[in-house]
Amino acid sequence: MKRIVYREWRVPPARYWSLLGILASVIGVAALAFAYMEHEGHWVTGMSNSVVWGVPHVFAVFLIISASGALNVASIGTVFRKPLYKPLGRLSGLLAAALLVGGLLVLVLDLGRPERLVVAMTTYNFRSIFAWNIFLYTGFMAIVIAYLWSMADRKGDPYNRAIGIVATFWRLALTTGTGAIFGFLVARQAYDAAILAPMFVVMSFAYGLAIYMLVLMFSFKEDDRPIGNRILFRLRNLLGIFVLSVFYFTLVYHLTKLYGAKNYDLVGWLLLDGGIYTFLFWVGWVLIGGLIPLGIIYHPIHGRDRNWIAAACGLVIVGGLSSLYVIIIGSQAYPIQMFPGQTILESGFFDGVQGAASSYSPRIPEVLLGFGGVAVALLVTAVGVRVLQFLPESLADEVMPPDEEASGRAAVGAQA
Amino acid sequence: MTDHHESNTGPAECGPSQPDRRTFMATAAGVTAALVAPGVIMHSVAGPRTEAVTSDVRWGLLVDTAKCADGCSACIEACDRENGLDLQTQPSGAQPTRWENQKSVWIRKVKLQDNQTGRVTNLPLMCQHCEHPPCVDVCPTGASFKRADGIVLVDRHTCIGCRYCMMACPYKARSFVHEVMSNQLTRVPRGKGCVESCTLCVHRRDYGEESTACVDACQAAGHEAIIFGDLKDPESPIRMRLAELASRQIREDLALNTGVRYAGF
Amino acid sequence: MAKAVVRAGLVAVGLAWALIAQVALAAEMKTYVVAGSQAATLDSCVEPTDIMRRKHMEFIQHQRDKTVHGGIRSSKHSLSGCVDCHVRDEPDGEAVPIHQKQEFCGACHAFTAVNLNCFDCHAAVPKGPGAALASKAAYQAVGLEQSPRAVSDGKEH
Ligand code: HEC
Ligand code: HEC
Ligand code: HEC
Repeated sequence: MKRIVYREWRVPPARYWSLLGILASVIGVAALAFAYMEHEGHWVTGMSNSVVWGVPHVFAVFLIISASGALNVASIGTVFRKPLYKPLGRLSGLLAAALLVGGLLVLVLDLGRPERLVVAMTTYNFRSIFAWNIFLYTGFMAIVIAYLWSMADRKGDPYNRAIGIVATFWRLALTTGTGAIFGFLVARQAYDAAILAPMFVVMSFAYGLAIYMLVLMFSFKEDDRPIGNRILFRLRNLLGIFVLSVFYFTLVYHLTKLYGAKNYDLVGWLLLDGGIYTFLFWVGWVLIGGLIPLGIIYHPIHGRDRNWIAAACGLVIVGGLSSLYVIIIGSQAYPIQMFPGQTILESGFFDGVQGAASSYSPRIPEVLLGFGGVAVALLVTAVGVRVLQFLPESLADEVMPPDEEASGRAAVGAQA
Repeated sequence: MTDHHESNTGPAECGPSQPDRRTFMATAAGVTAALVAPGVIMHSVAGPRTEAVTSDVRWGLLVDTAKCADGCSACIEACDRENGLDLQTQPSGAQPTRWENQKSVWIRKVKLQDNQTGRVTNLPLMCQHCEHPPCVDVCPTGASFKRADGIVLVDRHTCIGCRYCMMACPYKARSFVHEVMSNQLTRVPRGKGCVESCTLCVHRRDYGEESTACVDACQAAGHEAIIFGDLKDPESPIRMRLAELASRQIREDLALNTGVRYAGF
Repeated sequence: MAKAVVRAGLVAVGLAWALIAQVALAAEMKTYVVAGSQAATLDSCVEPTDIMRRKHMEFIQHQRDKTVHGGIRSSKHSLSGCVDCHVRDEPDGEAVPIHQKQEFCGACHAFTAVNLNCFDCHAAVPKGPGAALASKAAYQAVGLEQSPRAVSDGKEH
């Protein structure tokens, strides 16, 4: 085992700048979309008084929980003492911070009055889980920066593990908190489930890791840096486990919902005749985000092929967006059950007449805003790896540390 | 779930403090006098409020659905006029069906049919002015708040338009202003990017008028299906009526102790 | 009836005073009070003028919380009051939104580069029933019964 050397990303300037150019133009278009929505008001979006959170929130929540999941890689290295993962730590921290910035930006720019952000940062209602999340997010940022410092600077090394542990717990709190934003909404049947919080945690693991792997593979390939099979297959296996866990929680979520007879209609709607939501559930969430990636990952031949592994990561991401679409938007589209035992014949405000779901179809500006958040995250990452030493020179098998620490200390649960 | 013991366990359970009962009675007497002598304008009796509201009163509504007429929309039109909601215009380029779902609605009519008996019920639905409002709990900046007299409001100077309160409201009672407004009424400021809902005609409360626009309109239309009043005053018409009728809260299971009660279904 | 006479008298006196005051002021210093507004007919604001210039934001802010949270409608610093008294009426009676660049609040804020969004929501001209009620306390603070607007034109109802 050699000493791991970190180097700035040295792709040719033309390539680098065209990458930045593409990202910047996506961001520019998103900025225009934001200006348009802000100037006109939200009527230019598909969001309404029935479906109040739309595609921007799907992207924002996706990016925020992925941020937490991306940090997982660093945690495994420091907290669970897996030396093999240590060289991956810096990128993990950077990506976590970048994804969080992207997600928060989308969230903030979708506010009805974004210019009042100062109000949100200075007046708090401590009963609101949303307000707590503001702390969780800013704290996460600070901790990730400290964590990066402890990984990169020799002076920080003694604190590395302690900070890593704090970061791990903070990260769990953050995703639990994000899940709880929805889980505490007793008003809406589909959200009213404590299991949403842990489900968001496993989702964050899967989506964060998928993004991490894609970024890692892309940046290494562009710069001709080697990634050994040992680490790559490790990450791949980990992804498989996370995707399986998401599956498990999805199942438990629906089973717990089915436990109460009052939710039969909801589950039936979602699984059978919820239109786009049913489609996204089965095709997006289950098939694209679950079965196909699992098939690839555990396939004896494709599972060893880098392109296939990258494809699996991409599919997990698409599946992740679908699942959040179903969770966030589908749950709002399903009518609130205000009058059990009664059928609504007429309503002046779309109260689910004859059980009909509310309609929502995303408009271009809000989708562009969401993409803008993704582009910001990638831009921050691209600039970060270019100017600072985030990426190891090589992750080839022979330079990588052993799986376990020499002390043979058991690192139970590293992959759970 | 019908609650036959409304007068003991209902909205008044939040313990009316007695000392101010006498002042209230005096006002009530004034109200009665005004009703007897219709020439007297109400606000000249109570005038604009000089002291901050207290929790000696809790405003609420009782809807007698048996009297709520099918096809009547007097309360809605009155509310729209009172609060300037009739001044909303569909932005040019907006798709009409989507816009229907994006414009502000503070009060709406719902028509229900019992799955078992087939009985049809009409009722107006608006902010239920909960004692434990979920919107207030979730609001990150504290812009959603419950005024001391029980009215649930949005302070639109601190509302950032995150819409979490709308996610949390079990009654879908809140609206987000989706478009740039102009031509607002002086008494009801409202504008793009904030959330709003029924205020129980808060300006009327503060200028000492005795009821809300929807209640007046319902009465004028000859139905008298809605009663407005102080839920903490056992002598108030609304409490008397609550004692007579079997009433219930919508989503009683959430134990929000709503300020709006429904009878007759 | 008697009240109306008194009020008419007051307005007349006010008008006469305004004429004198205008001349005096023009000589003295620039004022933002616009001709054609009620304020132009009166000689004092709800607080002494120099205090108003420096502190009106605090007054309004304070008033805002008292009204929104406490329901207090009887104090003189209401925004509706500022608008009612300071807004300029065109000769045809149409009021001009007070935050426009040449108008009372707008002109001074443009000059001092203050950017307000209050009139996103608040009516920039007295509008609708209840407008007179909302400005009444402010008028009473300067010794008038209520906004002359409330009685002079039928817009009140
Ligand atoms: C009843 C009428 C009235 C009301 C209500 C009123 N003002 Fe005035 N205001 C006046 C008059 C008259 C003057 C001019 C006083 C003078 O000439 O010294 C004035 C002057 C001012 C000035 C100084 C202008 C300058 O040229 O420097 C400011 C600022 C001001 N008012 C702000 C306000 C604000 C803010 C409010 C609401 C809180 C308000 N006013 C309410 C009548 C009113
Ligand atoms: C998003 C809409 C909105 C904006 C923007 C807004 N307000 Fe208000 N304001 C309201 C509402 C709603 C009320 C409550 C009115 C009521 O209950 O009568 C109110 C009430 C007030 C009141 C008390 C009523 C009165 O007429 O005196 C004041 C003062 C006030 N606002 C000041 C301001 C100031 C100053 C600003 C700009 C810095 C501002 N507002 C911006 C919506 C808004
Ligand atoms: C004589 C000039 C002048 C006039 C006239 C004037 N303002 Fe101002 N106003 C100012 C200045 C200067 C500030 C900024 C004070 C500061 O930043 O400390 C200000 C600030 C404010 C603020 C606070 C803004 C903020 O961002 O917090 C409000 C509200 C306000 N003015 C309302 C009004 C209203 C309403 C009127 C008209 C009735 C008015 N002002 C007329 C000079 C004026």
